[in-house]
Amino acid sequence: MAVLRPFSKLPELNSAVLLLVGSEGDFQQKLAEAILQEKKDFTVNVHIATSLPLPSERDHLRPQIDMIVFMIDIKNKYSLKNVEDSLAYVDAKFFLGKVCFLVTGVGRVNCCSVDMNAVWKLGENYCSPVLFCELELEGTRVATAQRLLRMLQICAGYVPGVSALYFSTLMTTFSS
Amino acid sequence: MDETVAEYIRRTVLKIPRDEIKTMLQKWGFLSEAQLQTINFHQMKDNISQDVVQLCEENSASIKQAAVLDIIYNHSYPNKRIWSVYQMNKTEEETDFFDLTDFRKKFKRQLRSTLKNVTINFREYENNAVWIRIAWGTPYTKPNQYKTSYVVYHSQTPYAFISLSVLKSNLPLLCQALVVASNYQDIHEMELRSHSLNSLEDMVFKRYSQNFETYCPRPLQESTVAQETAGLRIVQEDINEKERILRVNREAFGDGPQPKLEFAEYKLETMFTSDPKLEVLDKKEPFRCMVRFHSPHLLESLKSLAPAGMADAPLSPLLTCIPHKARNYFKIREKKGLFPGSFVSP
Repeated sequence: MAVLRPFSKLPELNSAVLLLVGSEGDFQQKLAEAILQEKKDFTVNVHIATSLPLPSERDHLRPQIDMIVFMIDIKNKYSLKNVEDSLAYVDAKFFLGKVCFLVTGVGRVNCCSVDMNAVWKLGENYCSPVLFCELELEGTRVATAQRLLRMLQICAGYVPGVSALYFSTLMTTFSS
Repeated sequence: MDETVAEYIRRTVLKIPRDEIKTMLQKWGFLSEAQLQTINFHQMKDNISQDVVQLCEENSASIKQAAVLDIIYNHSYPNKRIWSVYQMNKTEEETDFFDLTDFRKKFKRQLRSTLKNVTINFREYENNAVWIRIAWGTPYTKPNQYKTSYVVYHSQTPYAFISLSVLKSNLPLLCQALVVASNYQDIHEMELRSHSLNSLEDMVFKRYSQNFETYCPRPLQESTVAQETAGLRIVQEDINEKERILRVNREAFGDGPQPKLEFAEYKLETMFTSDPKLEVLDKKEPFRCMVRFHSPHLLESLKSLAPAGMADAPLSPLLTCIPHKARNYFKIREKKGLFPGSFVSP
């Protein structure tokens, strides 16, 4: 099945799965490693993909995905188009707090070629928070990894009293 | 010695990087070893050049020797000029034996018959390459040694690399002299320009590593298990797609280093097609548009576009055909009915 659904599989005990969708492979790998290096009390699996839909051969092996992060590179118009095309393959129930847009490369403002209004609109239309980060520097990479890990923890239900939907409404009301 | 010659030699020496001055003067061979020993090559370049000029005065250098020094400098640093590629052709199949003295005589005679005030110098290098340096004057003024053009003619091939760097009006004279001297019939420009002379030669003589189409049946889908980084829990979902992109890229560009070009220019001359009811253009004129790609190393950056996730693979054939067709200036016209596949004009 091509569309990703949030609750179609049984969850594993004490683990969470993050899916990074974006077109620049190197930074995705580095971000994934930074996330895995953080201290946490549940196991984290990170899946990296360039675009959706995911190859169907591995459907049966893939665990349930708790959070999807769409990565948009501010220097690369192609990455925005890639993300927009991939959004069609995500089930609507994911957008209740389990999706987040990550805009990378913000350190190089003079190479910006993505329209910021388009990104804001994307976040509004899909009711998901938009985060900004810079993955080339170690410090901000670690900070971003910590934020994403916290969000993953909430999305997978390991923070009692806070649901993914509640958290995402907090995030979106802050930014608008 | 003439003052202009002294000044010219001084300025040429100033252009050379300090560490290379000694070797270049040795290659020049005009100053003896003993004379070179007297120069201190660790002082400031200004002083070195003054010393060299003084020694040249003792040896009474003429403009001919100064020109040879200039040729040696440009042979070592050809990338400071822009080179265009020209191809000559002739109808008879017979290949004449190439005689350098004959070539020089004919070239000088032809050029001087139209314009008396030129300085012409020749130097032969390996691979049958003849370097010709021409300093241009006008019918009323002496040749200006700072306004030079260079021609690199490979005598066993119909190709010549010309770096004009002066008024374009001298180009027909130069081409005519070249054609007459080398016993060809006519010459035309190949729409290929770059700073890097070596890369142009590589492209024209097909010396870069080309990718020959080999029949490669699709590899068996051995493991549909996505790659798992050992120990860590990162799963690459798209490993097949990534491999496909690398394979397609390798097919388009080959494995070795690419020739170095700085730009590619595409001129569009097609008709604007729109809803006829809109009547956007009254006259049916072709729509003119020019797209120019600039890069320090154009082909390498094109090669890395798809793996970096910035473009689809395979790239447009308009971009990948640059080394095969040996050109970087294109004119795109309308698709004609008779030749549906090719719409890039030669």
